[in-house]
Amino acid sequence: MLKITRTLISVYYAYMLEYRAEIFFWILSGSLPIILMGVWIQAASNGGFSLSSLDFARYFFAVFLVRQVTNIWVIWEFEQEIIEGTLSFRLLQPLDPVWHHVARHLAEKLTRLPLVILFSALFFWLYPKATWSPDLSRIILTGLTVVLSFILAFLIQYNFSMLAFWMERATSIQQFWSLLQIFFSGIIAPLDVFPAPFKEALLWTPFPYINYFPSAMAVGLNIHLEKGLGIMFFWIVLCYTLNRWLWRKGLRQYSGMGA
Amino acid sequence: MSIIEVSNLSKIYPVAIKEPGFKGTLSHFFQRKYRQIKAVEGVSFTLNQGEIVGFLGPNGAGKTTTLKMLTGLIHPSSGNVQVAGYTPYRRQKSFLNKISLVMGQKQQLLWDLPALDSLKINAAIYNIPDKVFKTRLDELATMLSLEEQLTQPIRKLSLGQRMKAELLAALIHHPQILFLDEPTLGLDVNAQAAVREFLRDYNTRYQSTIILTSHYMADIVALCPRILIINQGILVYDGELDKLLKSFADYRQVKIDLGSPLERKDLEKYGEISSIEGKEVCFSIPFAKLTSTITLLLEELDILDFSVQDPPVEEIISHLFTQGNLN
Repeated sequence: MLKITRTLISVYYAYMLEYRAEIFFWILSGSLPIILMGVWIQAASNGGFSLSSLDFARYFFAVFLVRQVTNIWVIWEFEQEIIEGTLSFRLLQPLDPVWHHVARHLAEKLTRLPLVILFSALFFWLYPKATWSPDLSRIILTGLTVVLSFILAFLIQYNFSMLAFWMERATSIQQFWSLLQIFFSGIIAPLDVFPAPFKEALLWTPFPYINYFPSAMAVGLNIHLEKGLGIMFFWIVLCYTLNRWLWRKGLRQYSGMGA
Repeated sequence: MSIIEVSNLSKIYPVAIKEPGFKGTLSHFFQRKYRQIKAVEGVSFTLNQGEIVGFLGPNGAGKTTTLKMLTGLIHPSSGNVQVAGYTPYRRQKSFLNKISLVMGQKQQLLWDLPALDSLKINAAIYNIPDKVFKTRLDELATMLSLEEQLTQPIRKLSLGQRMKAELLAALIHHPQILFLDEPTLGLDVNAQAAVREFLRDYNTRYQSTIILTSHYMADIVALCPRILIINQGILVYDGELDKLLKSFADYRQVKIDLGSPLERKDLEKYGEISSIEGKEVCFSIPFAKLTSTITLLLEELDILDFSVQDPPVEEIISHLFTQGNLN
């Protein structure tokens, strides 16, 4: 399995590098948090929020970084494979097709890395006050939550991808989900600015764990780590179980309709 | 020893029906109606290790559906299939290691990368040791004359080179059974011949079983001593190609080169006309009337040259598609 992982990632890394110019624009397309950062810094300068302007700057920059990892596009590729019938080739190989998608995502993250470092350096150069230095344990925990966020975001979207077995355009559902995700996952605003009962309710849903939770962890906002990790694990296990069920049902549907 | 055993195999698909126009679109949106299509019906045959078999039939006859059932991509509606001792739709890993599918109209290689990268992925997936991979790669690339192109991006290759690369990718794990669905589709004559030659060599060298569907009869004639003909989902012939041609080609083509062109109505009395191009006329004459017709033609017409030929295989097969069970 190690050889397969190494080969898949190295080949897909080469594949992603074919899109050199596109990577730059993909990163820019995820710069909504940077735009919102300006808005919230301005709003916070008048007071009235539990976070300061500096907290907002750090938070939105952390969201920008986390989104570089939790940005998932598996549904577009999966849907295309079903429509074009190329999934059939993958099904004839002794490897679950999901690993091709996982490897592509990981390879794409690697290709983004140098540019993300460059953007980060530029940000801290332009806004030196926003620089912060988390301790080692925070860095490790943030790394862990970011990995879990990637797994959760991938599983959620892969589950929507499974609907392509039954629908012509499963991406339409994903687009609706993305709208909810923008509002409830902490991209538009940190959950801390929402009314407390609403924030508490949201924390039981998977949304905050895709962006807010790892970002808040990174910048040291007030979060309940054990509870948050527990809820994340719950959603990951649920999504995984659902995914295996949908995969089996979907394959039966795919084979029934002519593959 | 049979490696593929198929008995009473059937597949029925639901297909959505939509009436044209706005009303039809609305009713299709709110209440979808389906029709059951019998794609394959009661097909039975067995194949032995090392055989190359041609699978023929007009478009929509059920060839690809049958291939997909043999590879396990689709579930049969009824009947039994055993391929290399496995039930294909269970898609066990040990079964998937023994088979490969190449589809002329679809590709598995990564478009923007050289074939070598896709081959490395396949080698890892099929757990092929590096040394073995290199040996097989050299051997297959030489057989396919593809050594130079392995490091070029797939998108830069010609259609023929791309198909060769697809074959290489499909064979790198040395499958016991190879399913080929229109492998020469869209290729020029030279590329078709190269693919055919490769398949013949590969079969001889590795005794792999090959099932081939193709619309190019030249593929079938060159490679397949045995053919299966399927029409409207029903297997109408299973046997030797030569035997079929002898039994059903009960006419010959008589081609004449006239001294001066004649009207079609003046020529029709000699027999069925296949084609007229200027002074060249081609008749399809039943075998029983061949001698008398030729005598008449030579007596009554100003003929510069003439020849008698077997009818093209395509023509015979297309006649057969319209008939019932031929066995």
